[in-house]
Amino acid sequence: MVKLKKDIFRVAGKKLNSRLIVGTGKYKNFSETAKAVKASGADMVTVAVRRVNIFDKKKPLLTDYLNPKKIIYLPNTAGCFNSDEALRTLRLAREMGGWKLVKLEVLGDKKTLYPNMIETIKSTKTLVKEGFNVMVYCTDDPLLAKKLEDNGASAIMPLASPIGSGLGIQNKLNISLIIKQSKVPVIVDAGIGTASDATIAMELGCDGVLINSAISNSKKPILMAKAFKDAVISGRNSYLAGRMNKNNLAIPSSTNKGII
Amino acid sequence: MAKIQLNGKKVVIKTSFSIFDLLKKYKLSGKKIAIEYNGTIISKENYKKNYLKDNDKIEIVHFIGGG
Repeated sequence: MVKLKKDIFRVAGKKLNSRLIVGTGKYKNFSETAKAVKASGADMVTVAVRRVNIFDKKKPLLTDYLNPKKIIYLPNTAGCFNSDEALRTLRLAREMGGWKLVKLEVLGDKKTLYPNMIETIKSTKTLVKEGFNVMVYCTDDPLLAKKLEDNGASAIMPLASPIGSGLGIQNKLNISLIIKQSKVPVIVDAGIGTASDATIAMELGCDGVLINSAISNSKKPILMAKAFKDAVISGRNSYLAGRMNKNNLAIPSSTNKGII
Repeated sequence: MAKIQLNGKKVVIKTSFSIFDLLKKYKLSGKKIAIEYNGTIISKENYKKNYLKDNDKIEIVHFIGGG
């Protein structure tokens, strides 16, 4: 066996075993969420902050199914459309259990859920000042991605295509440019549709991918979670191995020497 | 009696009722939650310090599934 160099993935000083981060939204129930997370091999999951349903005391809690001591919770700001809402949400998340590592997303448009980058940059600055480690959902514009890094983002999370669209990576060139320039991890977030999309992202050299709908909206979420686990590992290995050069004409695989 | 707004709903509570008492009433003591009291985040140590009064706004949040 060839001994492979240890390929460690770190975000804001946290060591992760898996380069696949999964969202926990839109599953049939918490039991399915927990099974899918397990099958995915992810050690980090995104979660949202919402009002407690105070009048339904028997309502199951996410924390009963996914132990925050065993799996890293990454609180997000899904549904926030300006900096104030996002800051309020993440400050509450931090209060809940000392979560300093958070995912910021400030949305700008209800139809496309495209991020509002002006508010996103503003929020990043404030959160970093307050001691948060901020993983930032953003557009695939290399200049804006750089701006986020310059303002202290812990990870850059460009969209592949609109949230929940399942359209895969629309602009490979931009994602590649962001990967090339970034010193912090680049994690493709949003728009991945199926396992092969994740492999493509990893082959481009992404440090990780974040998947929710592609798993939760598939016909068999638990099996799809496993497919994504394998896809991410494959893509990473393929990236590390370095692909062959492309040629416009055929090059025989068997030598011509000794042909009879 | 005091009328407060709890997670956007009107709720009537006894006088001299603290956030701590409120959490007990709704079986939320010790749960992974965070509290905003009239727009300010209240840390756990201070749950017993504030007595709720008329028109107070309380938000109790927790983590749910999300992408």
